[in-house]
Amino acid sequence: MAKNDIKVALIGNPNTGKTSLFNQLTGLTQKVGNYPGVTVDKKKGTCKLSATQNAVITDLPGTYSINPTSIDESIVLKTLLKKDIKESPDVILVVADVENLKRNLLLFSQIKDLEIPTVLAINMVDQMNRKGISIDLTALKEELNTEVVLISARKNQGIKNVKDAIIKCHVAAKASPMCDANYKIDPEYFDKLKAINPNFSLYELWLMVTQKNFPAAISKKEKEQLLSFNKDVSRLKKYQHKETIYRYQEINKVLKKTYIVDKSKATDLRSKLDKVFTHRIFGYFIFLAVLLLIFQSIFDWSSLPMDLIDTTFAELSDFARNNLPMGILSDLIVEGIIPGIGGVIIFIPQIAILFLFIAVLEETGYMSRVVFLMDKIMRRFGMNGKSIIPLISGTACAIPAIMATRTISSWKERLITILVVPFTTCSARLPVYAILISLIIPNTKIFGFYNLQAFTLLMLYALGFVTAILAAYILQKTLKIKSNSFFVVEMPNYKLPSIKNVAFDVLEKTKAFVFGAGKIILALSVVLWFLASNGPKSYKNAAENVTNNIENSQLSAAELQQKIGSVKLENSYIGIMGKSIEPAIKPLGYDWKVGIALITSFAAREVFVGTLATIYSVEADDENTTTIKEKMRSEINPETGKKRFNFPAGMSLLVFYAFAMQCMATLAIVKRETKTWKWPLIQLFGMTGLAYICSLIVYQILS
Amino acid sequence: MNTIATLRKGEIGYISEGALEFIPLKLLEMGCLPGAEVELIQIAPLKDPLYICVNGSHLAIRKEAASQIQILKSEF
Ligand SMILES: Nc1nc2c(ncn2[C@@H]2O[C@H](COP(=O)(O)OP(=O)(O)OP(=O)(O)O)[C@@H](O)[C@H]2O)c(=O)[nH]1
Ligand SMILES: [Mg+2]
Repeated sequence: MAKNDIKVALIGNPNTGKTSLFNQLTGLTQKVGNYPGVTVDKKKGTCKLSATQNAVITDLPGTYSINPTSIDESIVLKTLLKKDIKESPDVILVVADVENLKRNLLLFSQIKDLEIPTVLAINMVDQMNRKGISIDLTALKEELNTEVVLISARKNQGIKNVKDAIIKCHVAAKASPMCDANYKIDPEYFDKLKAINPNFSLYELWLMVTQKNFPAAISKKEKEQLLSFNKDVSRLKKYQHKETIYRYQEINKVLKKTYIVDKSKATDLRSKLDKVFTHRIFGYFIFLAVLLLIFQSIFDWSSLPMDLIDTTFAELSDFARNNLPMGILSDLIVEGIIPGIGGVIIFIPQIAILFLFIAVLEETGYMSRVVFLMDKIMRRFGMNGKSIIPLISGTACAIPAIMATRTISSWKERLITILVVPFTTCSARLPVYAILISLIIPNTKIFGFYNLQAFTLLMLYALGFVTAILAAYILQKTLKIKSNSFFVVEMPNYKLPSIKNVAFDVLEKTKAFVFGAGKIILALSVVLWFLASNGPKSYKNAAENVTNNIENSQLSAAELQQKIGSVKLENSYIGIMGKSIEPAIKPLGYDWKVGIALITSFAAREVFVGTLATIYSVEADDENTTTIKEKMRSEINPETGKKRFNFPAGMSLLVFYAFAMQCMATLAIVKRETKTWKWPLIQLFGMTGLAYICSLIVYQILS
Repeated sequence: MNTIATLRKGEIGYISEGALEFIPLKLLEMGCLPGAEVELIQIAPLKDPLYICVNGSHLAIRKEAASQIQILKSEF
């Protein structure tokens, strides 16, 4: 960041289009969605305002006022209170929704009183005609004593005016309070407050008192003086109430002169749709139908592209085999890395369809209706209506889902949501489930039409949700945390999804999935391959020992080779490690190779297939390319002489992957969001312990 | 006593002036002001939360908060 860059912060009510404007200004593609609380962290980008002037723009979470009630909102307070002087904005760009200008101006009036140069961008002006709204812009500028611009972030209109206004406002650097509400309430009281440190605006000092949040420039003595104002809590509360009323009175005066709504022109789609979507009975049915539709589509639409990818990768393997020099390294590429990566790529169609549906739901405004429908139910399980958003988006990935809990103001409800989100079936489990299901569940139809394999997968998703809810119930009963639950949610207007936003969202998430998994698989394959093809003395002597053993003298040359291969693998470093944990996982029906795959899965679940592919490729020196699925199918359990991946072992593995906490990235995020290692460790041991016990029971009953 | 929670679906009321100190700050800031017109749009299936429109804001609030906020039903 250059020295003379203007620092601009985007502030406004939730869902007013701040991130949409941010994306237009900076060319980035941050997530946009039609419900309050999409952005929960700050994000910076640069923007060229004019030929000579650049700006650093910060996108912030939405908030209704500077008095925060949840984590995402408090990020705004911290930015405004100049906690860090280098970070404090030069110009504030307040983004307001044209349809609800009155409420949006409340926050604007608070920011004006902080005496920071402010530009007001009134967004979504493309909706003005439909809603019968007209604005006298010149008069509004005068009344508010600020640059005001009308924009449509979605349609890319008025963006140039925003840039000009920022420069103009920065140059003028005039910053006068809008109403100085506090002086009108009790001049004597507030004069005393102002006297503590006249370098700060009165409203800043007032915020320090009410929020107990102090900038670095406040001395210890001043801090004590400020805190003494905080003693009379009922008076504080009364003044905050009065202040809000006073602000609304001032805003009403301004809007009376400048803002007209002709209700007769307004078309009202919202109430008609709400009658259906929030209906007492249909509401739930529609929600259930939506979920089933998503699930069915994931299967129906993806089978064709998945077959295509499958054959492409088989051909790629063949091509590589025929063109690479013979040897163990090309074995690794042909039989380890390519199938491992292919085992993830093949799921792009399915997860992209899942991401598509989630993005569309988020863009239409339907999510908030689900929050409304589910609040009472979720509360019984110690959560909040808002918890449904993380639980749904957790089917894509637990990490953004855990971030999304920041909008939940009650700490207990938020913590419970964070703790149970990893039970929902995330996209990384899909590759594991799919290959195991195809091995142990016959590809037949039940009830004449429903595919049994698809049904099994549906049941696994259901298992995830039900476990999450039950775990929440138990946590609610056991966690001794006091926090008041408060719940207000704004219901956004219904909108047609913007194709651009949805496309970017799907693309971005799919890319993250593929590259994230791809990198880990590549690295792990190489490490595993090294560990599997090297070993201590017993490894080096394996060939000799096997050949000299008289028991083996009856074997044919090919059989002997195979025997040597497996003895070598068992005596390699990875084999020794695997063997040492084998006793622990044998009762669950796994051998040491599966054990290694379980361990590498703690980095990320989707490496399961790649790990097995690498291990098998080192063991068998066969020339004919068989797919990883066929290799798993033909793997024999030497003790029973039956298949390794038979029904009991397969079911036990499915259950293990459904419950176990096998994702380092999630643990790291939980640590960051809860600020201690306690909760991620509880998740790690609790979930994995549950997985172990359940898999044990499943295997012992079935076998 | 009439509160937002005693409104019937589709009914309109006006927040009474005396309610001020019982309105949580957050709701106040979102437009739930004394004197404002409140319409109860929808009641969730399990009778909670309530979906209201006040001062142009469409909000879902819990019954618990709604039953604290006194209203007048007579239309002027
Ligand atoms: N009609 C219309 N819709 C818009 C416009 N700008 C943004 N939107 C839509 O408004 C919704 C909210 O946009 P966001 O950019 O996510 O809003 P935000 O203020 O960042 O929201 P939070 O991060 O939740 O506070 C999305 O569905 C956008 O597509 C606009 O100019 N016109
Ligand atoms: Mg945003």
